[in-house]
Amino acid sequence: MNTGTEAAFWMDTRTRLTLSEVAENCGITESVVQELVEYGALTPTGAQPGEWVFTAECVMSVRKAARLCTDLELETSAMALVVSFLERIHDLEAQVRRLRAQAGGGGF
Amino acid sequence: MKYKDYYAILGVARDASADDIRKAYRKLAQKYHPDVSKDPQGEEKFKEVAEAYQTLKDAEKRKAYDELGTAHASGEEFRPPPGWQQRHGEARNEGQYASFDDVDLSDLFESLSRGQRGRQRANRPIRGEDFEVAVRLTLEQAFNGTQLDLRLGLPEYDESGALHAVEKTIKARIPKGATDGQRLRLRGQGGKGFNGGAAGDLYLDISLAPHAIFRASGHDLYLDLALAPWEAALGASVEIPTLAGAVNLKVPPGTAAGARLRLSGRGLPRPEGSPGDLYAVPQIVNPTVLTERERELYRELAQASRFDPRGHLAKGPA
Repeated sequence: MNTGTEAAFWMDTRTRLTLSEVAENCGITESVVQELVEYGALTPTGAQPGEWVFTAECVMSVRKAARLCTDLELETSAMALVVSFLERIHDLEAQVRRLRAQAGGGGF
Repeated sequence: MKYKDYYAILGVARDASADDIRKAYRKLAQKYHPDVSKDPQGEEKFKEVAEAYQTLKDAEKRKAYDELGTAHASGEEFRPPPGWQQRHGEARNEGQYASFDDVDLSDLFESLSRGQRGRQRANRPIRGEDFEVAVRLTLEQAFNGTQLDLRLGLPEYDESGALHAVEKTIKARIPKGATDGQRLRLRGQGGKGFNGGAAGDLYLDISLAPHAIFRASGHDLYLDLALAPWEAALGASVEIPTLAGAVNLKVPPGTAAGARLRLSGRGLPRPEGSPGDLYAVPQIVNPTVLTERERELYRELAQASRFDPRGHLAKGPA
């Protein structure tokens, strides 16, 4: 049996999620997810909420933003900002790592 | 039961307004919230601040707390005054403690709100908590896949529905394909559910530990390849390490420092699709000590060569 592998999901563009799955993964309601889409923090494909497809990259940022918003009593519009910033930080960090790897140490 | 001075924790006076309490809480929460704070004690401090706020923001609970009196010092053992529990817990007919010896102050106030929110909660299935853990893998672990024993202080509900931190070891299987900055969700490996609720998930935030030889860029790897000047000039076949063992790399003649020599598929495996590549980045290294013979050969080369490495500078503005 290999259940460990079967139950493992890489939270990146390979894993696709519906509206209800994003809500469940992030521990928020579907209406909050819809608000995040309205504010532009999340950009699913598909025209109607019922057809929306999200990629799982966003989940960790939304979870963190949701915790911050609950604990700091922030509104969903602020949560949308937090999500955008967290995503940007994640992307920039990845870029720094890439550049660092490519630039090399030159330690000879 | 140990007394905690909730007003002191929030840094407000006992007669502070609800608004002052909220402001004080938000200020401290922003400072210590584990998702933003770099303070290693941040999480502990945040929990303390949140506990104080949970009680003081609720007018009824604040009143009950105030009736505990001002005579106690923080950390001092105390019991609520006679009749206190009846006044604040009686109507609910639950959340009554026979003895206060092993009771935490936060549990006492939690029990007051449990009474308010009703018993239906007690039998409703509750999904287990999701856990988020930052894990650092070696490149070898990412390359091969691995199983980690994660030691976590986890919140867990007891039979009465109260939260407690429990030290636990969780086995997490990391499949092949991880790299820096990736996140993995392990379904059902979080906290166990309550009243038949599903188990929560375990989220892993993966980073890679620096490696002595390789640097990871996504699923590609980079390695600095030291070459003697003559190897770079004439070409050479050199042995280089990969995560799957040493391989021979053909360095073409006239290789420049900083060029990228690609070894296809020798990087980190991807969860799907072909693995990343390994790039050897040549660095031209000179011997620090020359023998007399080497010096002679270099001199001869210097005289015979017409190569001008700074030719392009001469054409610049005068």
